[in-house]
Amino acid sequence: MSEPDSLSALDVIEGSPGTPTAPATGASRTLGGDAWRTLRSSWVFWGSLVLIAILVLMAIFPGLFTHVDPNYCEASRARLSPSSKAWFGDDIQGCDVYSRTIHGARASILVGTIATLMALVFGAGIGVYAGFYGGIVDALLSRLTDVFFAIPILLGSIIILTSIPTSSNTLLATMKVSLAIAVLGWTATARVARASVIQVKQADFVHAAQALGASRSWIIRKHIIPNAAAPVIVVTTISLGSYISAEATLSYLGIGLQPPAVSWGIAISDAAAYVRTTPHMLFFPALFLSLTVLAFIALGDAVREALDPKAM
Amino acid sequence: MIGSTLLIFTMVWALPGDPFSGRCGQRPCPASFVAAETARLHLDKPLPVQYLYFLGNLLRGNLGLTSDGTSVAHELARAYPITLKLTTVAILMEIVLGIGIGIIAALRRGKFFDNLTLITSLVAISFPVFVIGFVLQYVLGVRFALFPVTVGYGAPWGDLILPGFVLALLSLAFVLRLTRASLLETLNADYVRTAIAKGLPRSLVIRRHVVRNSLIPVVTYIGADVGVLLGGAIVTEGIFNIQGVGGLLYQSIRLRENATVVSVTTVLVLIVLIVNLLVDLFYAVLDPRIRYE
Amino acid sequence: MKQRKLILTSALFAAGALALTACGGGSSSSSSSGSGSSGAKGGSVTIYNVKPQNPLIPTDTNEVGGSNVLDNLFTGLVRYDPTTAAPILSAAESITPSKKSEFWDIKLKPGQMFQDNTPVTASSFVDAWNWGAYAPNAQLNSSFFTPIKGYDDLNPADPDGDGPKTAPVPKVKTMSGLKVISPTEFTIEFKTPQSFFRVEAGYAAFFPLPTSFYKDPAAFGKKPIGNGPFQLVSGDGSTGFVLKAWAGYQGADKPSITQATFKTYTSDTAAYADIQAGNLDFMDEVPPGDLVNDQFKKDMPGRFISKPVGLIGTLTMPSYDKDYQDPILHKAISMAIDRATITKSVFNGSYIPATGWVSPVVDGYKAGACGVNCDYNPTMAKQLFAQAKFKGPFTISYNGDRTGNKEAYEAICHNIQNNLGASCTAKPYVDFATFRAAVTSYKMTGMFRTAWQMDYPSIQDYLEPLYVTNASSNDGKYSNKTFDSLITKADGQSGAAANATYQQAEATLATDMSIVPLWYENQSAVWSSRVTNVKTTPFSTIDLTDIKVK
Repeated sequence: MSEPDSLSALDVIEGSPGTPTAPATGASRTLGGDAWRTLRSSWVFWGSLVLIAILVLMAIFPGLFTHVDPNYCEASRARLSPSSKAWFGDDIQGCDVYSRTIHGARASILVGTIATLMALVFGAGIGVYAGFYGGIVDALLSRLTDVFFAIPILLGSIIILTSIPTSSNTLLATMKVSLAIAVLGWTATARVARASVIQVKQADFVHAAQALGASRSWIIRKHIIPNAAAPVIVVTTISLGSYISAEATLSYLGIGLQPPAVSWGIAISDAAAYVRTTPHMLFFPALFLSLTVLAFIALGDAVREALDPKAM
Repeated sequence: MIGSTLLIFTMVWALPGDPFSGRCGQRPCPASFVAAETARLHLDKPLPVQYLYFLGNLLRGNLGLTSDGTSVAHELARAYPITLKLTTVAILMEIVLGIGIGIIAALRRGKFFDNLTLITSLVAISFPVFVIGFVLQYVLGVRFALFPVTVGYGAPWGDLILPGFVLALLSLAFVLRLTRASLLETLNADYVRTAIAKGLPRSLVIRRHVVRNSLIPVVTYIGADVGVLLGGAIVTEGIFNIQGVGGLLYQSIRLRENATVVSVTTVLVLIVLIVNLLVDLFYAVLDPRIRYE
Repeated sequence: MKQRKLILTSALFAAGALALTACGGGSSSSSSSGSGSSGAKGGSVTIYNVKPQNPLIPTDTNEVGGSNVLDNLFTGLVRYDPTTAAPILSAAESITPSKKSEFWDIKLKPGQMFQDNTPVTASSFVDAWNWGAYAPNAQLNSSFFTPIKGYDDLNPADPDGDGPKTAPVPKVKTMSGLKVISPTEFTIEFKTPQSFFRVEAGYAAFFPLPTSFYKDPAAFGKKPIGNGPFQLVSGDGSTGFVLKAWAGYQGADKPSITQATFKTYTSDTAAYADIQAGNLDFMDEVPPGDLVNDQFKKDMPGRFISKPVGLIGTLTMPSYDKDYQDPILHKAISMAIDRATITKSVFNGSYIPATGWVSPVVDGYKAGACGVNCDYNPTMAKQLFAQAKFKGPFTISYNGDRTGNKEAYEAICHNIQNNLGASCTAKPYVDFATFRAAVTSYKMTGMFRTAWQMDYPSIQDYLEPLYVTNASSNDGKYSNKTFDSLITKADGQSGAAANATYQQAEATLATDMSIVPLWYENQSAVWSSRVTNVKTTPFSTIDLTDIKVK
């Protein structure tokens, strides 16, 4: 039995079991339209979007949330607990943790999104092509992936970060760190995309479309990608969170973003050693990081469900 | 293989500084030492020539010496089994806990258990490994003495449970979410609905059809993870004092021992290639529709 | 709303975990019952160590991982009193300089043996020093023999510097300045007076070697045979070394324990956790995270030491860069640094603000050489800064792989920003090797961290190798003719007169402040409840003679 697919060349037979019924008039029957309708009514979607909007606002206009200079630090205020003067307390240098957390949103979210975009475009791109075309293309691309796989994170990031000259321009520094993380992280996305594509490729509706004479790129666009998307979406949304966290590990190893840049990663790695005695320095940046991760995971979940052509 | 070793050799060679910058602390290294090391490692020759010397030695089985005079081969033989043990523990946890919990979370979607796993995944992703490792070591090891604080000589399996868990935690979150998402999708597939409609018990359907078919992306991810775990366990190894590959790599990068770094990484590449090959073959076991042209 | 509940729950979860950790600040490990009285004889202790970077050969060991082990396997001509750091005759019966300290006569105590039952003779020392100085042996500590007459014969220069030609093989293998008079006596002739040699003679480079060494130095480097209170039984650098007390040791500093294991750790936090759990007995440094709020004192009540050792941290101006040649600028920066607050808040008092360029533990130390220049005076600093030509932006470079550096130099930069109104960035280099490579290229464009750990406890060791023109560790290319002549004069004197001249030399460093003293590093050491009578040396190492197991 072939599986009904709402956008194959075969007509959708209204009312047959397993297909969503739709009004007979011309409401959109494309996958995109279906997805949007599902999303519109999902409060998880709207909730996560609101959270992301707040965080993005924080990143673009930190001045709306705080007037304190994140780089003004007094050693005499070091490690003070939260008080009315400093809502989140002070860190090891005596800088205001609340201010640093708000200002840190920009660098952290930038690193996360840029790295994720790089990894997604490059990784998923390679993965889909390798999985779909198979044969020599697959062999070549897979070997390329494997080489990058095995490079230890420490070695790779030191090389990348020390060979590109440092500039004091924060945006360039952020791009540099994002590039390092993406270069070392894209392989997971690629492998998952490839595996997913290989699986979908064998499905009957793909064979059917091929039998009907559909072109390869059409098949990839209309059939493979939507059906293979789910695992890639999951990996990507979680990756975003882990990339922001990876920035913290790079800072911990001493090769991440440098002052005067402010980021959650820097704040977390600076505060890690003191977690037993003054945990507030670590807690607040980590909390904001968790919220960001939560927002993107929830968003990814909602989108994945909406895109699933087989879901009711 | 050759390609990767050349790539890695070039990368290490490109590192700033030379084997002498860090060796002599606050004093400059004596000229005699610099001269002897330069001659031994052919540092004055251009990069391609150095690489050929390295390859030549490699083929003869001579991997060189580390800075304190031990043979690199000896160090690899000592460190790799330990790291492999740690990675095995971590992978087992990923498989058992990740897939297991992911399945349950998918089946009880939206209920308390599902949300609990969401929060745990959140914590695992947002708190970097060095924070989690440090906290768990203190709380579970020092404070409540439930687990050994550091790993003992020879890395006995029991000592590796906590470090393995810490190492696996981030990947566990991925595996969990992947399994859950994959399962949710498969649960909606027609052949599953058909089987249920035919009257087969739900648990049987899940066991026989659903799980196997959802596992492909998960297995891929786990396979992908092996390489990451092997090479990236450096933070975990430091926290629990595991004398494995991570520490070896860190030391040799620090001392700019090019031969050691390349040797360690080459073995790493080899292992990753083998694992990926096995994963690819495993696809056919999971999904008989996949054939190889 | 489910999402709010999610956020709340996750916040509580994380807070709970952190609270659990923070609450654990009180004393945690239960200690086995200690009798409290002085411990019994015998027993075994485990000591924290890091992996040695070089083979265990005395002339090749220049870092703490190797010296921790070697210093217990050997005893040199002198050893150092653990409390005062004063040199005490050990293998030597007498060390006598000539009037101008150019000729030294060494007499050894008779009847001493190595651990393989071969005798310790004058040749044991002379042959070892010749071997270490011989260029083709490429020993890292070879430069310690430079002042000996005849050293240059064993180290012919490379005819074209860095070029493709290599230095010729030396024609002789022995230095003319070393002469064996009898099996228990030898003499040293130096090129220039070395009044401090008596203090220097205990350094590892001058240890004796048994004749079995020369047959196979590589094997010796894995399992050395010494003449000291302990002998190496087993182990390697990666896991650790096991040492047993040597029954044949005749020195006055025989240990009471029977076994000491130097366990190798890759991270200090793992070792600290092990001390708390009782798996490790002694650790000679406390991770910074456990220093704050005196946490380590709460964790190990009555089982800690915090005392000054021979380590000083300084900030060096690149004297070869025209922006940094103005003494007024140097003084402005020095007065803008609030050493007291930084050492209290960042290092919890385990560092002490420096008042000079020499550590307080050494023979010849005199407080206050820096004078008002090292006092915190933001008003004066601002005034001086207004007169300075170069107004920044400033950078302070340091190596990011050592705990405590980041916190220290960022704090200094904040002081400079807040007090002088100039921009300052603390710039980390990824590791020590990269950092030293940059520093020794003499192209630094900003200030940088320098620190000095003494090789032997003399004021000379803090001045001559660092600040004499073109000295081996003169990283800033500092040059001060008055300083140079005073040092040469002091090298030729002896005793109190020499120390007084060294102190005069130190005072001249205050005129231009090209090297700004920051702090003396205290050692904070902790130990487990298994051991008692713990003493540490001024070198920050544990003194295994006195430690006892309960």
